[in-house]
Amino acid sequence: MSMFKKALFGLLALAVAPIAIASGIDVAAPAEKVTNWAAISMFVVFVGLTLYITYWAAQRTKSAKDFYAAGGGITGFQNGLAIAGDYMSAASFLGITGMVYLKGYDGLIFAIGFLVGWPIILFLMSERLRNLGKYTFADVAAYRFKQTPIRVLAAFGGVAVVILYLIAQMVGAGKLIELLFGLDFNYAVVMVGILIIAYVSFGGMLATTWVQIIKAVLLLSGATFIAVAVMYQMGFSFETLFKTAVENRGGDMNILYSGGFVSDPINAISLGIALMFGTAGLPHILMRFFTVPDAKEARKSVFYATGFIGYFYILAFIIGFGAVALIVGAEYFDGAKLVGGNNMAAIHLSSVVGGDWFLGFISAVAFATILAVVSGLTLAGASALSHDIYANVVNPNATEAQETKVAKIATLVIGGLAILFGIGFKDQNIAFVVALAFTIAASANFPVLIMSMFWSKMTTRGAVIGGWLGLISAVVMVVLGPVVWTQILGMGEAIVPYKFPALFTVVIAFVGIWFFSITDKSARAKEDLEGFEAQFIRSQTGIGAEGASEH
Amino acid sequence: MDQAKIEKIKNLPQYQQLVKERTGLAWKLSIAMLVVYYGYILLLAFDPAFFTTIVSGSYVSIGFPVGVGIIIFAFLLTGYYVRKANSDFDELTAQIKKEVE
Repeated sequence: MSMFKKALFGLLALAVAPIAIASGIDVAAPAEKVTNWAAISMFVVFVGLTLYITYWAAQRTKSAKDFYAAGGGITGFQNGLAIAGDYMSAASFLGITGMVYLKGYDGLIFAIGFLVGWPIILFLMSERLRNLGKYTFADVAAYRFKQTPIRVLAAFGGVAVVILYLIAQMVGAGKLIELLFGLDFNYAVVMVGILIIAYVSFGGMLATTWVQIIKAVLLLSGATFIAVAVMYQMGFSFETLFKTAVENRGGDMNILYSGGFVSDPINAISLGIALMFGTAGLPHILMRFFTVPDAKEARKSVFYATGFIGYFYILAFIIGFGAVALIVGAEYFDGAKLVGGNNMAAIHLSSVVGGDWFLGFISAVAFATILAVVSGLTLAGASALSHDIYANVVNPNATEAQETKVAKIATLVIGGLAILFGIGFKDQNIAFVVALAFTIAASANFPVLIMSMFWSKMTTRGAVIGGWLGLISAVVMVVLGPVVWTQILGMGEAIVPYKFPALFTVVIAFVGIWFFSITDKSARAKEDLEGFEAQFIRSQTGIGAEGASEH
Repeated sequence: MDQAKIEKIKNLPQYQQLVKERTGLAWKLSIAMLVVYYGYILLLAFDPAFFTTIVSGSYVSIGFPVGVGIIIFAFLLTGYYVRKANSDFDELTAQIKKEVE
C-alpha cells in the first residue's frame, strides 16, 4: 500500500497548496474570500477524512463485487442516505435554491418533479432490480437477451447520462471554489477530477458510498440549520417570510405564484416525464440497488431516500425564499445578480444567517457534495465501460482481475473527461444541464429497462432498435432545442421548441420497442420470449439472486 | 432455474398470491402518484389563476400547501408500500423459498 500512501500524501498537498497561494495573491477579491480560514480548514478536514475512508475502503476492496457493489453489504438505511446523497447534488442544492431565489414558486414545481419519480421506482423497480442485477443496470436490461447489442446500447445511454451530469457537477464545483477561495476555475476543476479519481480507483463503491453518506448527513444538517435560522428570523411565520421576500422584490407578488414555468402544457408534461422516468434511468442511482444484500433492503432504501429527498426539497424551498428575504447588503450583489451568480443564493444566505464560520461549513459541504456525486457518476461511467463493454462484449472470458484493472483505467478516462467537459461548459445554467441528462435517461435507459422486466414479448431486436431510437432522438432533439441550439451554439431560433423533449422521445422509444418486438420472428426472438418466465420468477422471489459477499 | 422448478413455483398458491397482490398494489400506488403529479402540472398549465388564491394572511398562496402536500403524499405512499411488503410479501416469499429449496 505504499503507492497508495504516496498518492494520498500527494493529494493532500495538492488540496492544500493552492489555497495557501490563493489566500496570498487574490487582492481584487472581497476580503471574506481571501481570509475565510473556516471554509479552508473545514474543506481540508473533509478531504483528509474522505481520503482516509478511501484508504480504509481500499483494503476491503479486493473482488470485482467489492469494487462495483461494495460487496453487497450496505444496509437499507445507509443506502437510502447514499441514494439521497447522489440525488442531492450541487444542481439540487445550489440549482434549486437558486431557482427559488430567482423565480420563487416555480422552483418548488421543479423540485417536486425531481421527487415524484421515487415512489414509482419503489413500486415497480427497486426489488426487481435487486433480484435480477449484479453490478450495473445493463445486467438487468440484458438479462434474457443477446448480450452484446443490449450491453452496447445500455453503456452508451449510461455514459451519455453520466457525462452530462458530470458537466453540471464540475461546473458547479469550479464556480464554487472560484467564489469561495478565489481559486482559478480551471485549477479547481482539475483538483476535483484528481480527488475523485483517487476515491473511485482505490476505494471503489465502498469509498464512494461512505463519502456519499457522510456528505448527505452534513448537507441535511447544514440545510436544516439554514432553514431553521431563516424561520427564526421570520418569527417562524411563512406569512412574514413571503411578505419580506415580496417587499425585497419591490412588491412583486409573482414570486408567490407559478410564473409561466408551466405556461405551455406540452413543455410542462414533457419536463415531468423527463424528471420522473429519467430518475429511473440514472445509472449511478440504479447501481446503488446492487450494494444492498437483498430485495427487502433495496425497498427500504427507497423509502428512506424518498423521505430525505422530500425533506431536503422543502428545506431548499425555505432557503430560496430566505435568500430573497434576507440577502440585502450591497456586498452580496454584482449588479442585479448575486456575486458568483444566482446559484450562489444558498451560500450567501449561510453567511447572512450564520456568519463566516457557518459560511465556511456550508461551502465545505457544497464542495463535498460535488466530490461525492462526481465519484458516484465516475464509478457508474467506469462500470459501464469495464463491466458492460469490456467484460461482456470485448472479452467475455476476462478474469476478475482483468476486469477490475480495466475498471480503474476507465475511471481515469471518465475522470479526465469530467475535467475537460467541466472547463468546456463553464457558463451554462447547471440545473438545465441536469435536465438534459434526465431526458436521455428517460428515453434510452428507462424504456429498455422497464420493458425488459415487465413485458414478456420484448425481443432483443425490439429492445435494441427502440432503445437506440430513444437515445438518438433524445440527443438530436436536445441539440436542436433552445438550450443547445440557441444558447450554446448561437444558431438562432431553436428547431425543436422544447427544452425537455422527453414526451416525444420516450414515446418514440416505447413504440419502437413494441413494434420491432412484435414483428420479430427470428430464432433469437423465440429464445428471448422463452426466457421471460424464469426471469419473472427470479424478479418476484429473489430465488437465484446475487447474495452479499462474505467478509 | 430449470423447467421443473419453474413449473413448481408457478403452481404454488403462495407464488400466485404474491404476484397478484404485489402487482396490484404496485400499479394502484403508481397510478395514484401519477394522477396527483400530472393533475398538479395540468392544473398549473390550464388554470394558473387557481394558484393566485391566498389561503392564509395576505401572502401564503394555495400553491405552497399543495406543493408541500405532494411531497408528503409521495413519502407516505412509499411508507405504505414498504410496510405492506415487509409484513405480507416477505412472508409469502419466505414460504415459496421453503417449498422449493
